[in-house]
Amino acid sequence: MNNEDNQSDRRKFLKYGFLAAGLTVVGGGLQKVLSQDKDKDAGKKVKVMTTDGKVIEVDDAHCKAAQSCCSPATPEGARQGIPGKKFVMVIDLSRCGHELKCQHSCQRYHHLSGMNVWLKVFKMQEGEHTAPYWMPKPCMHCDKPPCVKVCPVSATFKREDGIVLVDNTRCIGCRFCMAACPYSTRSFNWEEPQLLNETTGVVYSPETGFPQKKGTVEKCDFCPDMLKQGKLPHCVTACPNGVFFMGDLNEDTVSNGAETVRFSKLIKDKGGYRLNEILGTEPSVYYLPAVKRLFPFQDPLPGESNEDKEKKG
Amino acid sequence: MENKERKELTETEAIDLLHELNEDMLPKKFGIVGNSWTALLVIMLLTGIYCYINQIRNGLSITGMRDFVFWGIYISNFVFFVAISLVGSLITAVLYLLKVEWRAPLSRISEVIAVSAIVFAGLIIIVDMGRPDRMINMALHGRIQSPIIWDVMVVSTYMTLSFLLLYFPLLPGIAFCRDRLKGIPKWQHKMYQILSLGWKYSPQQYAVVKKAITILSIIIIPVALCIHTVTSWLFASTYRPGWDSTNFGAYFVSGAFLVGSGGVVAGMYILRQFNPSYKKYLTDMHFDKMGRLLALLALVYAYFSINEYLIPAYKMKGEEAGHLNELFTGYYAPMFWSVQFFGMVLPILVLMFKKGRKPLPMFIMAVFVIVGAWFKRYLIVIPTMSFLPVQEIPEAWKHYSPTFQEWAITGGSLAGALLLITLFVRFFPIISVWEVAEEKGVSHDIIYTHLHEGNEK
Repeated sequence: MNNEDNQSDRRKFLKYGFLAAGLTVVGGGLQKVLSQDKDKDAGKKVKVMTTDGKVIEVDDAHCKAAQSCCSPATPEGARQGIPGKKFVMVIDLSRCGHELKCQHSCQRYHHLSGMNVWLKVFKMQEGEHTAPYWMPKPCMHCDKPPCVKVCPVSATFKREDGIVLVDNTRCIGCRFCMAACPYSTRSFNWEEPQLLNETTGVVYSPETGFPQKKGTVEKCDFCPDMLKQGKLPHCVTACPNGVFFMGDLNEDTVSNGAETVRFSKLIKDKGGYRLNEILGTEPSVYYLPAVKRLFPFQDPLPGESNEDKEKKG
Repeated sequence: MENKERKELTETEAIDLLHELNEDMLPKKFGIVGNSWTALLVIMLLTGIYCYINQIRNGLSITGMRDFVFWGIYISNFVFFVAISLVGSLITAVLYLLKVEWRAPLSRISEVIAVSAIVFAGLIIIVDMGRPDRMINMALHGRIQSPIIWDVMVVSTYMTLSFLLLYFPLLPGIAFCRDRLKGIPKWQHKMYQILSLGWKYSPQQYAVVKKAITILSIIIIPVALCIHTVTSWLFASTYRPGWDSTNFGAYFVSGAFLVGSGGVVAGMYILRQFNPSYKKYLTDMHFDKMGRLLALLALVYAYFSINEYLIPAYKMKGEEAGHLNELFTGYYAPMFWSVQFFGMVLPILVLMFKKGRKPLPMFIMAVFVIVGAWFKRYLIVIPTMSFLPVQEIPEAWKHYSPTFQEWAITGGSLAGALLLITLFVRFFPIISVWEVAEEKGVSHDIIYTHLHEGNEK
């Protein structure tokens, strides 16, 4: 530990320090030079149309891709809900005849392969002497969602408009949400999903849920891409009997495409209820009991149920 | 348990004893049996890894899990591993703090089992993830409200503490190997040199180690209770019948202590068969004491099991009725009753008698306890998901049946844990020399001075 050692150590430190600093400056300069290409377009102008129909010219450099109100949001943007809305669905069980048009429409528009069914239709019969009826079951989009509570990475989230979505760019596939959901509404991509041609080149959005990703969880999403444009979800419009009503609790209005009614009046007059109310999950989907039915209950004809279709292969 | 008056040995007696201990405890090369066992484990592990690579490429569809039974033997195996790993804290920490002398030769075996088990618990849970490539999201976007994040935190903490509780008392042992083992390859000697951290057998070093062990033993007990309680909450935090139980925390922890002790007994017996000189240290007395402990733990587990099943069965509430019927008289009845009888009732009955606490019957009961515990965890995880009435799903989804690849991966994880234990036995003393010497009455001065002198040569 003599002076000479100290001196040579200090010189080494200074030498390497200056070298590092010099490299940083050079590196930074190089980066600036290489990125100067962008500035070349500073003079380039593009024509754009304003919302009131006027055509103007702006610098290309000042243009930034913005979210169209009508295109599906990015994973980050999907966490913001449509402001001012609180979506609610009413399902009229007295009208359901197990046509399954809702299910087929949902499958088609979300490009779902056979086994991952988001909207299931069940034959319900609570007790031995109670009447059987058909019950479509979408995701309940609970106000106190157990799935959101248990997700370790916040891949599933509830928005201000009440919709619960899954961000499949973040989901780690632990399936805890599937365990926690008391409505068994979620499904999992056990293998690489077979996607249809129309999805090549499509960018994933939690609001559409496709292209699906292997090893992630998915579920009914209330079609936020349709709701954003002021349209009804696919199951609502597909049903020939007007079973599904979709609307906004804040406006107290729901519609099935043909009829538009006051939500509170509908629930009060027809004795609406929610599933598993006692669990305290506060679902956003209400059911109207199967009274004064549109047609009597019928078991599906042989070959018509999904189970039979699967057997056929 | 009172701190009995230790019979102090005379100096010559003590030194002879230490000689003997050293000779017996130094790890030796494996013979045919050891090498074949290791080879078998390596083959099982490699098969598991091969199947796992297949799982990464093709997705979890290679398993028997589908949307209704979406947690299968990976998860039940995970619970099993976490359960076994609690034995480290029981024997090394609880019995140490209670100053139970006879635990001394068992402490390292139990800690090795604990560390191997908890490491593979962490690995098997990663195997179950659909997107392990996104594991980092748990750190970047982790939600503190999620029981899975709690589990990650406590399991990591316990893994670290268990490893330290294994490593610190091991330092004198590594130093022995460094100084006394002859005819070993250079890399092995180097390994001991690095790992012994410059151990000089000085009283100050021993004092530091002892203090560290005491502190770790105190800290590890609440953490051990936490890991299995939090693991049980992965189920109890849901609404599903069979899982929605307030009893789960205590039930799981009591079961964990039971299966861990069974693991130690099995380890004791196998080590004695493998190296007969260990019979001097893992004596019939130790088996007798462990047998009483095992019987006690089985009784405690029986208490919590009765609480778990009897009262819901009395009420037969709606959905729970379906689940309980499946267990008592339905599809899972054979497994359920076998597990209760062979894994819990029979060990209690056999171990109540002195003859039943001899090494061979103890080993058989320990194996029953371990195998019963594995299937018990299967019964905790799978039936809850598979009894629900379902419609319009393929026949194949109605009952879960693990595929060959799933078994291979699960078996690979078990083989891996056993391999870690085997490798430890191969390279390090499996019984703690200085702790056994203390137990047998060798005074600390003799341990410090004799060993120090003996190793200067």
